[in-house]
Amino acid sequence: MVNGIWIVLILAGLLMGLVTGELEAVTQSAIDSAKYAVELCFGLIGIYALWLGLMKVAEESGLVEAVSKRMGGIMRFLFPEVPERHPAMGAMTMNLIANMLGLGNAATPLGIKAMHELQSLNRSRDTASHAMCMFLIINTSSVQLIPTTVIALRSAAGSKNPTEIIGTALVATSISTLAGVIAAKILAKR
Amino acid sequence: MSELIKTISVLAIPTFIFVVLGYGYYKRINVYEAFIEGAKEGLATAWRVLPYLVAMFVAIGIFRSSGAMDLVIKILTPITNLFGLPAELIPLVLIRPMSGSASTGMLAEMFKTYGPDSFVGRLASTMMGSTETIFYTLSIYFGAVGIKRIRYTLWGALVAEVAGVIASVIICRIVFGM
Repeated sequence: MVNGIWIVLILAGLLMGLVTGELEAVTQSAIDSAKYAVELCFGLIGIYALWLGLMKVAEESGLVEAVSKRMGGIMRFLFPEVPERHPAMGAMTMNLIANMLGLGNAATPLGIKAMHELQSLNRSRDTASHAMCMFLIINTSSVQLIPTTVIALRSAAGSKNPTEIIGTALVATSISTLAGVIAAKILAKR
Repeated sequence: MSELIKTISVLAIPTFIFVVLGYGYYKRINVYEAFIEGAKEGLATAWRVLPYLVAMFVAIGIFRSSGAMDLVIKILTPITNLFGLPAELIPLVLIRPMSGSASTGMLAEMFKTYGPDSFVGRLASTMMGSTETIFYTLSIYFGAVGIKRIRYTLWGALVAEVAGVIASVIICRIVFGM
């Protein structure tokens, strides 16, 4: 799908350039854009290093496990069919916490482990269970507390206040996750 | 409300750093060594997004400089105005659910064109931080366990996505004005 959008942007741009007689500007823009992408990339290295450093500390200190232990109530509401002490609960909780902290690399293996555990509870081999649907809807709605990539990009692009969007993003992501959870609960009852 | 949200923005990162490092110190791990270990990956991560940035920058650069972007925005504006959404954001809204790397490239290009501190820049940032790639995540997770019938997962995910976009527009208008 990205393939389609990408090629349409380029081909439509080139044809439009031909029609409007802006082909020179188009060529120039293609070259400048490629150059700017590299400059921007350099601006990202420092902030990425800072975040990944913090992430490593969070990982090694066991922060994810510590927070997970306090999530029992919410998890029981979200996944009523999953037995409380089943390993699926633990894996799902840790995946969601890792996502909240922005630990993408740690979150994916935990999420896949959670899916395997949920599959062991699933009555059908190839049809998703309610718990799986809920788990992935929450996952795709993004529950990240601090949008680190966005902040890095803003700072690299010369923003005066790169972090000013944390609050608004937090409100928006909470509403989006809440909408996803409500939709999943309603759809599950059909 | 608006003040509270601004305060959260100011406090989030210092609090986060304090909690992460403080907890690491309390657990007696070598915080400094762990930090260095993680920071080493910074270069590799920036390096990994570079091809995506180049691909997206060039494609949108061509589309924009030819005048095609202006035309699309002009056509879409009357429709998106109904929802209070600047038409400039439509490409990002469309590509966000499809690819994380591609939308990262697109967001960076928007910062370059409109500025990160413009209303479009702030709204794009909020939107990007509030939603997640859908199709990739679903195919990885369901693929891993061989699920073929995903039932209502995609619908639920799309409801969350649309709610995130609408919430972003409203909250940005309240906090950043315009």
